[in-house]
Amino acid sequence: MALPKYTEPHYRIWHYVYIFICACVFFFLIAPLFVIFPLSFNAEEFLSFSEGMKNLDPDAFSLRWYKDMIYGTKNPWGLAAKNSFIIAIFATLGSVLLGTVAALGLSSRHMPYKGLVMATLISPMIVPLIISGVAIFFFMAKAGLAATHTGIVLAHIILGTPFVVITVTATLSGFDHSVTRAASSLGSDPVNTFMKITLPLILPGVISGGLFAFVTSFDEVVVVLFLAGLENTTIPIQMWTGLREQLSPTILAVATCLIILSTLILVTAELLRRRSERLRGINR
Amino acid sequence: MSSETKQILTTDGIPLEVSLKKAERKNKIKAFLLVAPLLLFLLITYIFPIGDMLMRSVDDKMVTEMLPKTFKSMEKWDGNEMPPEEVFESFYLDFQKLVEEKRDGKLSTQLNYTKNGFKSILKKLRRKAKNFEEGNYKEQIMDVHKRWANVEYWRAIKRRAPAYTSSKYLKGMDMYKNEEGKIVNVEEDRRIHRILWLRTLEIAFFVTLLCFLMAYPIAHLLATLPMKYSNLLMICVLLPFWTSLLVRTASWMILLQQQGVVNDFFVMIGLVPDDNRPEMMYNKTGTYVAMTQILLPFMVLPLYSVMKTISPSLMRAGKSLGGTPFVTFWKVYFPLTIPGIGAGCLLVFILAIGYYITPALVGGASGTLISNQIAFHMKSTLDWSFASAMGLMLLAGVLAIYWIYNKLVGIDNIKLG
Repeated sequence: MALPKYTEPHYRIWHYVYIFICACVFFFLIAPLFVIFPLSFNAEEFLSFSEGMKNLDPDAFSLRWYKDMIYGTKNPWGLAAKNSFIIAIFATLGSVLLGTVAALGLSSRHMPYKGLVMATLISPMIVPLIISGVAIFFFMAKAGLAATHTGIVLAHIILGTPFVVITVTATLSGFDHSVTRAASSLGSDPVNTFMKITLPLILPGVISGGLFAFVTSFDEVVVVLFLAGLENTTIPIQMWTGLREQLSPTILAVATCLIILSTLILVTAELLRRRSERLRGINR
Repeated sequence: MSSETKQILTTDGIPLEVSLKKAERKNKIKAFLLVAPLLLFLLITYIFPIGDMLMRSVDDKMVTEMLPKTFKSMEKWDGNEMPPEEVFESFYLDFQKLVEEKRDGKLSTQLNYTKNGFKSILKKLRRKAKNFEEGNYKEQIMDVHKRWANVEYWRAIKRRAPAYTSSKYLKGMDMYKNEEGKIVNVEEDRRIHRILWLRTLEIAFFVTLLCFLMAYPIAHLLATLPMKYSNLLMICVLLPFWTSLLVRTASWMILLQQQGVVNDFFVMIGLVPDDNRPEMMYNKTGTYVAMTQILLPFMVLPLYSVMKTISPSLMRAGKSLGGTPFVTFWKVYFPLTIPGIGAGCLLVFILAIGYYITPALVGGASGTLISNQIAFHMKSTLDWSFASAMGLMLLAGVLAIYWIYNKLVGIDNIKLG
């Protein structure tokens, strides 16, 4: 973005103002996340920077909140983490399975009522979460699944499938159907064709849809708030209660771990996106 | 003769047209069968329950079922004078049955919604009714409390006879049906819901505007920078996007608290005195700041994906034809980004209008939105039919926005990264 030499002064000034504005917005976006790191190592019980921390005194930093997170008495985080992972993994599997199969059907040019069906399938993403929460709660209460893991997994499958449907249909939109026809003409049955030909080609889309579904489930709090009992507490639920009641630095330790997790997911998602674009021959 | 020459047969001797149609139908069924599991799953667990919300929101069978005899005998009563003895007798019988089944408490809650003052007189009636003599219930009931002799209360009961009601929707807009059956506003100082609707719209609108103003320049920068820089800066957008909502809300709670980093900074540069730090959380400011940052990536990504497709040569062409950079931008570049602006604004507005977690944590009393009210009625007052009614009103609003958007821009023009 270097300016050409002949740029007039007032455009030159405008250009630097523009860069400055962009820098401010980037700072606004990313800086809040970084305030959590140092504070999670606070040796004291406060959620603000102590004098010692400002002077970089090593005694002002400690790992006590991380220890509290793992070994603390009566601490809820262990159970919450276990529940969160179990629920998210099963919800992801369910979403990927249902979503991929549905996307295959939707991408077929023979699909009747495509617009209406697509709208129905992605509706959980469009409807505000609070409404989805109320509706899903009514269903689960009637089905006797409120306050069970099964109920929460089903709820998260509902919320996760639209992402899988969208990413997989997007991947399939650049899909060359002659390869499956070639496979069929060589005597392969449909299941074999799918496993050996279609799936490897659309796998990046499937996985990135799965990542979306995983994050949706792992981070979801509104629906779980309606559904969860004491036994089904998840990490977001614990953070929600913690933030409402006693704001302890342990939450920051947990938050730091979550940021690290999301960084890992971000890197995976980016690598997948690039791989998918390469496979589909899209050059940007 | 001519039709015979047109008819082409397949090797099986079936006309080609028929055979093709058959194959087509088979393909249709195949495609539909693939979609069917998810469609069925969503219909049962999601779409029908939304219909169930609709039923609950208008359902008023509870009272209808609790006082069956009363309402039957009330059919003949015109509601002008005190009801006849028959009504009193059937009311007494219905009520005694409810007391036996220990359901009279529910009745009193329900009737109290319609008219204040039922709770105490029903309690009194329950006590006195034990010693009632057979016959002449009218006088005996009217003796229990003077309100039982007031025709207004009997009219209030009659109003609960229909099995369906619009009262929850009216309540959601701070209106009610008065004794004459006219729809009127509640008193000025009790109009809480309208304030909430307006505030929700206001916050959603300004958050969308703020997001747009912030996202446009950085999306433009990301789209025009060379790949190796833009990839790095893209992380600044994507990392918050993938980070837990609660983590981001927590970080804002730390930043905005009175002893927080933002206030420390303001004190340091001398903007505010140390002993009078402004309250930036638990009010609208907190909601605005946190929601804007949290929803910003949803605006940047669609804008970026649209801007990425705009060829830089267009700007050069505009400039070479004599346009100043500003004119070229406004006449050439900006119109091309409108699909991205539309998609981003729609996304952010819809997300903001149904926001719950962040306003509940940093919003305090003056920064809460309509979703907080829905959650409150779901979890605290347990008035689920009212929560359903409010939810459906919100849903209707959201669908209306989609409809308008579709008319103006076309929903197919949405690009989500």
